[in-house]
Amino acid sequence: MNIGVLALQGSVAEHLKMITSINKKYGAIPVKTIDELAAVDGLIIPGGESTTLRKLMDVFNLYTPVRERIVAGMPVWGTCAGLILLADRIEGERQYLGLLDVDVKRNAYGRQLDSFVDEGDFDDIYIRRVFIRAPVITRVGEGVTVLSECNGAPVAVRQGNILATTFHPEMTPRDNRVHKYFCSMIESRE
Amino acid sequence: MAVKNDKAADRKLLNRNLAQMLKGGVIMDVTNAEQAVIAEQAGAVAVMALERVPADIRKEGGVARMSDPKMISEIQKAVSIPVMAKVRIGHFVEAQILEAIKIDYIDESEVLTPADDAYHIDKSKFDTPFVCGARDLGEALRRIAEGASMIRTKGEAGTGNVVEAVKHMRKMRTQIAEVAALLPEQLATYAKEIGAPLDLVRYVAKNKALPVVNFAAGGVATPADAALMMQLGADGVFVGSGIFKSADPKLRAEAIVKAVAYYGDPAILAGVSYGLGKAMDGIELSALSDAERLAKRGW
Repeated sequence: MNIGVLALQGSVAEHLKMITSINKKYGAIPVKTIDELAAVDGLIIPGGESTTLRKLMDVFNLYTPVRERIVAGMPVWGTCAGLILLADRIEGERQYLGLLDVDVKRNAYGRQLDSFVDEGDFDDIYIRRVFIRAPVITRVGEGVTVLSECNGAPVAVRQGNILATTFHPEMTPRDNRVHKYFCSMIESRE
Repeated sequence: MAVKNDKAADRKLLNRNLAQMLKGGVIMDVTNAEQAVIAEQAGAVAVMALERVPADIRKEGGVARMSDPKMISEIQKAVSIPVMAKVRIGHFVEAQILEAIKIDYIDESEVLTPADDAYHIDKSKFDTPFVCGARDLGEALRRIAEGASMIRTKGEAGTGNVVEAVKHMRKMRTQIAEVAALLPEQLATYAKEIGAPLDLVRYVAKNKALPVVNFAAGGVATPADAALMMQLGADGVFVGSGIFKSADPKLRAEAIVKAVAYYGDPAILAGVSYGLGKAMDGIELSALSDAERLAKRGW
């Protein structure tokens, strides 16, 4: 099983390391090209700057192939910036992939001084959550399951083959359980 | 008290994590909101707000200080990406002011005129993250010990000449490899020789890497320069005068962003380097006297 991490900018190495830590047999593949995308069974869109990621995906013709793979059922997980790219509606901005029925607001907590760490439930586990200039999900559609909440607002959601978190499980290197959850999404599909 | 320590540890981690989010990206110097928007649209991961780019500081001389908070606030309002700003080495009050206006990252920078000729800022006292310049491993670990969450090379700013940044990046890599090859009993002596705290030297020996992200900065003027620094192991690139002192800033900014993302692909690098117009004017380093070398500032 090959798990790709969109490797244009951001927390790419951290995600790759987490995948390798789960099972040495998993291929952890940095994805920069259409050929690399074709070789993966699931894709992580990492944390970074969403404005940079969408620019680079456009310029290097990754928008259509990535979108088509997701529509065809490939499991995808967006962390922070990745969530913004997946969302149907972004406050004050044009949508990008528009595949996940949620409304999001970028940098909703404020600036870096307002970044924070907390703990909470995710599905049936209890985890540490790292929020860095995080977005907020302000509304979720009917087909969307909330997996994790912070102060009553959803911070992890799932809609079929799409997983999205406003926080960064790749930044808690000693705990790879959210990555395991994503791997099980890929395995249960195969 | 235990709770307070946890908070400080969380903050330290969050600040290092923000730098990790910037990896593979380009941070651009901008002097007004209009330039900041151009940088953001070109794909910059962050902007550095300052009144004069290093090339102009070099030309005009005088004391270079922290920028007017009004100008920084205008830039904060204009873009959604992180905004950084510079303070003079040792000028902790300038840093307090930037923290008060909620800047995302503070650069304690040799590009401005130092305010203290002996001490850097005690950065551990701040919640806002700091980036600092370093020419070698010892300097990097001293800054990290003081609380820096991110390191950058100290290439000669405003010269359009990448040679010093290359020197610093190579030196850092060589020294990290050296430390990794030492026996545990040799580490204390090595730490003493490079003037770095032993615990951080031990960290480098064990992990074969700095505990924080290391960007390239100083003298980057072309997409090829940026890709060179990435191939030498930089986590990302700062571009100062290189963009807005060139003939076509928008085109060059975009080209450098693409070059950093695809730094290992010569065909793409050739494509983005095509027809960019004139780069900024460069300065041969031997034409600079010691007093004109900004990298010598800091200790």
